[in-house]
Amino acid sequence: MKRFFDAELETFRSQLIRMGETAIEQVRAAIRALVESDAALARHVIAADDQLDQLEVMIDDEAIRYMNLRAPIASDLRLVIVGMKASHDLERVGDEATSIAKRAIKLGAEPPLKPYIDIPRMATIALEMLRDALDCFLQDDEAKAIAVCKRDVEVDNINRQLYRELTSFMVEKPDTISRAIELMFISKSLERIADHATNIAEEMIYLSKGTDVRHTEELKKTGKPVA
Amino acid sequence: MADRIQPNPLIPPAAALPAAAAASSREPPAEVAFDIADLSLWYGSRQALYEVTIQLPARRVTAIIGPSGCGKSTFLRALNRMHELTPGTRMTGRLRLFGQDLYSPGVDPTHVRRRVGMVFQKSNPFPTMSIAENVLAGLRLNGVRDPALLRERLEQALRMAALWDEVKDVLGRPGVSLSGGQQQRVCIARALAIEPEIVLMDEPCSALDPIATAKIEELIRDLRTRYTVIIVTHNMQQAARVSDRTAFFYLGRLVEVDETRTIFMKPANPQTEAYVSGRFG
Amino acid sequence: MTARASFAPSPRQQAWRRFTNRVMAVVLLACALTVMAPLFLVLYYLVREGATSLDWSFFTQLPKPTGEPGGGMANAIAGTLTLLAMAAAIGVPFGIMGGVYLAEYGSERANDWIRFTADVLNGVPSIVWGMVVYALLVVPFKTFSAYAGGVALGLMMVPLVMRTTEEVLVLVPQGYREAALALGIARWRIIVVIVMRTALKGIVTGVLVALARVAGETAPLLFTALGNNFWSHRLSEPIAALPLQIFSYAISPYDDWHRQAWAGALVLMALILIVNVTVRVLSRERRFT
Repeated sequence: MKRFFDAELETFRSQLIRMGETAIEQVRAAIRALVESDAALARHVIAADDQLDQLEVMIDDEAIRYMNLRAPIASDLRLVIVGMKASHDLERVGDEATSIAKRAIKLGAEPPLKPYIDIPRMATIALEMLRDALDCFLQDDEAKAIAVCKRDVEVDNINRQLYRELTSFMVEKPDTISRAIELMFISKSLERIADHATNIAEEMIYLSKGTDVRHTEELKKTGKPVA
Repeated sequence: MADRIQPNPLIPPAAALPAAAAASSREPPAEVAFDIADLSLWYGSRQALYEVTIQLPARRVTAIIGPSGCGKSTFLRALNRMHELTPGTRMTGRLRLFGQDLYSPGVDPTHVRRRVGMVFQKSNPFPTMSIAENVLAGLRLNGVRDPALLRERLEQALRMAALWDEVKDVLGRPGVSLSGGQQQRVCIARALAIEPEIVLMDEPCSALDPIATAKIEELIRDLRTRYTVIIVTHNMQQAARVSDRTAFFYLGRLVEVDETRTIFMKPANPQTEAYVSGRFG
Repeated sequence: MTARASFAPSPRQQAWRRFTNRVMAVVLLACALTVMAPLFLVLYYLVREGATSLDWSFFTQLPKPTGEPGGGMANAIAGTLTLLAMAAAIGVPFGIMGGVYLAEYGSERANDWIRFTADVLNGVPSIVWGMVVYALLVVPFKTFSAYAGGVALGLMMVPLVMRTTEEVLVLVPQGYREAALALGIARWRIIVVIVMRTALKGIVTGVLVALARVAGETAPLLFTALGNNFWSHRLSEPIAALPLQIFSYAISPYDDWHRQAWAGALVLMALILIVNVTVRVLSRERRFT
């Protein structure tokens, strides 16, 4: 039976989706700004971070209001709680994208250290993870969410490998240190973005199944959920 | 990923993001329907209301909550002079409806009650009348005879009460042959048919099942566009769902009145907080 | 020994309980039958003695002069109906309006006195009513009349109808009055159109019961209507009535008249039974609770 305030929940969902789309776009734009040395695009990304911050406040505010005045139960309650948590993760993703953009401006002023291969590769995986996590929200696909959690390992590996590469660069040619450090930070940001995507995927599992799968080793290593 | 990025149509420019706000702050400020000052009421020697001062906005839903015996029903009945049915009641203070003093000596209580309608806790369609006769009782028994007008008001009232589609083919059936929730909606239609300015509701859903309750709550939200609704309820979730403003009464006094959102989220008065979080009452 | 076993009665106790139950059931049944017996005896007697005399002439002919066989009670039957109509004309409006006052208006204390008065009047012996009306309507006009008889019966009806009307009106839930008041309807309209209409069956029942009661009263008619062996042509003349006719026939020495008295009693009883059955049918007619 339709309740007269069901529309509020629909609005909530669409705000969440919108925030997710925005975050993904921010990361994509930031990486492009880096790869193409596009300072104007990077500044656009930094300015647009405001939107994500505002969306987080809106979503939290609406979640609290809904819990207060509508007393949600079961899946409605999980939706509201997951919304609050996911909005936090997405806001952090936005912050990471901003950080990447700032460093892209710095790096754009100097010649590139090496061709950008690993970073775009990490970015692609991280963005796919984010996209898949958000899709779970739309489609209730537990398998996809688990796959996201599994892929985090890939990003971690590339990050570690990049660190080793950059460290050896810095040792061999000290004048590359400042650029290498920026790249290491960017790599770290992407690794964190992948972690946030994993968080969102775990939250989606909670939303659809009611099971809290965070911090369970089994999930990370074997990809099977703990009942 | 090499192509020039286009601005994402999903992301509006920063300036266009709508401000997060409850519905009421987007609407123009309401005019005052009831202006009440220092209202005190006695049943014989027992005082039931102590200097209640409050303003009830027009075309909004105001909920009145509080534990049993706190005076909320007494207060509601003072709004349309129904407390005068009980012998021995005495009232002091000022009560104005759209600027007009309802208790001044020249005012006929019958006329007050045509402007301020009431729906009761237990649905009470008149047993000897059909559904149509029930809805039109207020009009017919006040002298309205024009059949075209009566037909129009009948349909209008039943539509506002969300009952027209269910009963339009059986208007001749006895009023008491309907289910509890439908009976209550007949009573609401009956109150609406005389086109009052205010609708008072005294725990209208407490005798109904959840589905009937939900229908009536939806109806209350719809009424808000044309009528001022004051609803007494002991169900706080209901107050939270349907009302724009909430007033908390305790032991005959008005403790706090504010936007519903504030009362339930961060009430100013610790007694209010204790009541809404269920610590007493 | 378990706790359950200690509460259960022993077989001997159980047998004693069953026996006592049966004995009491039989005793109570006997009492009930004893109470109902007089009604059946009366009906049986009436039918046995009176049914044979119920012929067409009984209902259409006037009493024959003293001593002559035959004749009927046509005028008495008509007279009783006339008297009841007049009694109703007084008893119904005043009784109902009095009941409405008690239920809807008045103060607590005043109403208590009124009720007390009505209850006392209900207990006044009917012959006293007759004497009062004799003093008021017969002596000044120097004639017995149907008016006097009707007034006497009507006055007896008033407190009865008043109390029964009040009782059914009070049973109408206050919620209906409140709902009607909240619609801004005038008070008297509420009482007439809503409260009385809701209680209508009860009011009608009360009126019928009162009518049945006064239909059989003989004593007040002795001093007022007096009785008449012929048709009354004016209401200011004495009028025949069934109870009066039965009375005068029963104490007469003539067997023929005795026979007719039984028949008259049977007719009177039938009238009362019809009223009671009607009351029952009206009360049962509930399509919905």
